[in-house]
Amino acid sequence: MKPPVTEVGMIGWMKANLFNGWFNSILTLVVLYLLWLSVPPLINWALIDSYWFSTSDQCKAGNGACWSVITANIRFILFGFYPHDLQWRPLLAIVILITLLIYSQNRNHWKKYLFYTWLIGLFSMGLLLKGGLFGLEEVESNKWGGLPLTLLLSVFGLTAAYPVGVMLALGRQSKMPVIKSFSVVYIELIRGVPLISLLFMSSVVFPLFLPEGVSINNILRAQVAIILFTAAYIAEVVRGGLQGVGRGQYEAADSLGLNYFQTMRLVILPQALKIVIPPSVSILISAFKDTSLVVIIALYDLLKTTQTTLSDPKWMGFSAEAYIFVALIYFVCCFFMSNYSRRLERELDTSL
Amino acid sequence: MMNTKQAEKTIDDSAIITIENMHKWYGDFHVLKDINLTVKKGERIVICGPSGSGKSTLIRCINRLEEHQRGKIVVDGIELTNDLKNIEKIRTEVGMVFQHFNLFPHLTIVENLTLGPIWVRKTPKKEAEEIAMYYLKKVRIAEQAHKFPGQLSGGQQQRVAIARSLCMKPNAMLFDEPTSALDPEMVKEVLDVMISLAQDGMTMIVVSHEMGFAKSVAHRVLFMDGGEVLEENNPEAFFNNPQHERTKLFLSQILD
Repeated sequence: MKPPVTEVGMIGWMKANLFNGWFNSILTLVVLYLLWLSVPPLINWALIDSYWFSTSDQCKAGNGACWSVITANIRFILFGFYPHDLQWRPLLAIVILITLLIYSQNRNHWKKYLFYTWLIGLFSMGLLLKGGLFGLEEVESNKWGGLPLTLLLSVFGLTAAYPVGVMLALGRQSKMPVIKSFSVVYIELIRGVPLISLLFMSSVVFPLFLPEGVSINNILRAQVAIILFTAAYIAEVVRGGLQGVGRGQYEAADSLGLNYFQTMRLVILPQALKIVIPPSVSILISAFKDTSLVVIIALYDLLKTTQTTLSDPKWMGFSAEAYIFVALIYFVCCFFMSNYSRRLERELDTSL
Repeated sequence: MMNTKQAEKTIDDSAIITIENMHKWYGDFHVLKDINLTVKKGERIVICGPSGSGKSTLIRCINRLEEHQRGKIVVDGIELTNDLKNIEKIRTEVGMVFQHFNLFPHLTIVENLTLGPIWVRKTPKKEAEEIAMYYLKKVRIAEQAHKFPGQLSGGQQQRVAIARSLCMKPNAMLFDEPTSALDPEMVKEVLDVMISLAQDGMTMIVVSHEMGFAKSVAHRVLFMDGGEVLEENNPEAFFNNPQHERTKLFLSQILD
C-alpha cells in the first residue's frame, strides 16, 4: 500500500510547511502575491531590459539595469589608479592569493611546506604590487587601489590580528600583574573606540609624533590600525574559549609535567580555538567589510573606486547597479569564509 | 578477586613520598589538619572516608595541583615548594589518574599517550609510540589506538588514562576516585588493570570507596574525616577491628 499522495513528496512538504492551518495558508498566499509583484519586474530590470556593454547614453535612454557602468569601468573599479598597462600585476597577485586560499582549505595540506609556500606567495604578491625588483617597474603605494587593496588589507590584517589576539587573551588570563593590566587596558581601550577613529588617529595623529622627515606609508598605517582593532575583539572571543575548556584539561596537562607554553599550545588552545570558531569567523567577516572604512584616510579600496566611478557625470544615476556589483563581491568573499568555517567545525568534531 | 599474598611484593625501605605536619586552608576553612604520611617504594595505600574529608585534596597536594600552607612534602627526594622546576620534576615522577579521566579530546588515543614522553621526556616520536602501544596492550585496549576519546566508553577511557600516566614511567601513581564515575560493569575492568599494576610493584596511593580492592591489594588503609587521618592500619585490622567511632560508622554505612 502506498502512502497518500498528499502526505509525501513535494505536495506533502508544501502542505506541512506552507499551508498548515489558516494563518500560515493566508500568509503563504500574501507572500506569493508580493513575490509576483516584485520578482518579474526585478528580473525584467536586471536581466531582460538590461544593458551590458553599451554606452552611457544608450543606458540613459533605456529603462533597464545599466550593467555597463560596471563593464565600462571595470578596470578602474578593480584596480584603482594603478597604471593601465601594468594592471596584469595586481591581477596576478589576486590569482596567486585565491589559489593559495583554495589550496589551504584542505586540512591535509596543512604541513610545514604550506607555511613556506604562503610566505613566498605573500612576498611575491607584495613584489608584484610594488615592483622595483626583477625588472618590474616600481609603482608607488598611493596608486594601489580597488580589489587588491581590499584583499591586501584584509588578508594581512586578519592573519596578523589572530596571533596578537591570542596572546592578548593569554595575557589577560596571566597571573603576572603587569602583563594582565596591559592586556586589560589595551582590550578595553581599543574596544571603546570605533575603527574609524583608530584609522583617523593612525593616519593623522600618529605621524605627528614621528621625528622630522620620517614618514610611514599610508597603507601601512591603515594596516596597523586594522590589526590592532581586530586583535582586541579576537582576544575577548578567545578568552571565552579558554574559559570553556574544562579545568580537568589544565590539571591533566599539569600532572604530566607539561610547562605553561606546552600546555597552552598542545592541549588548551587547540580546544579553545575550536570552540570559538563561530564567533571568530564573525569577527573576521566584520573586519573584512570594515576595510571599506579606509576611505576616510584617502585610500582607494574597492568601495571607494566604485563611488568614484559614479561621480563621473556620464555614469551618475546608476548607483544601484554599481553598489549591487560591489555587494556581490563582498557577499561572495564572506560567504566562502562562513561556509569554510562550517566545514572546519564539522571536520574538527571528534566526538562522533 | 586477588588475595594479598599474590599481590605482595617486598617493600623497599626507601620512602618515595613523605608528608610531615602538613596543613592546608581554603581561605579560613582548615581542610587538611596535621597530615603525616610516609609511603615507601612499592607500597600501596588506600585512603577512604566520607566526602568532604579532604582525601582528594591530600593527594592533589602531592603533585601540587593544590598548594599546602604549612608543613613539608618531599617526593622522591625533592621538596615541594613554589619552585617551578621542582614541581615539574615531581610531576614527571608521579602519575595521576582522575575521576573524570581528563583525556585530551582533540587527540587520538596514541597521541594522548605520546604527548608527555615526547614533550617532557624528549623521547623521539617512534620510541614514544612503541611505549604507547606497549602500555595500551597492557591495559588491553590496543585496538582503539587510533580512535578519539569521545568514541570510547567510560571504562575504556579510564584504562587509557592509566596507560597515559604509565607512559611517563612514574615512580608512583595517584588515583583520585578512579572508578567513581563509571557504570558498575566497567568498574571491574579498571580495577583489574590497577591490580595488575600492583602486581608489577607500582607504588600507589588510591582514594576510593572500593573496599574489595583495598582488602585484596592495599598494604595500608587510611580513614580520613574532617581533614584528619583518624585511623591507619593494615587491611585485616582495619576492616575487622576498626578502632575509632567514626571509622566504625563509616564502614557500617559503606559495607552494608
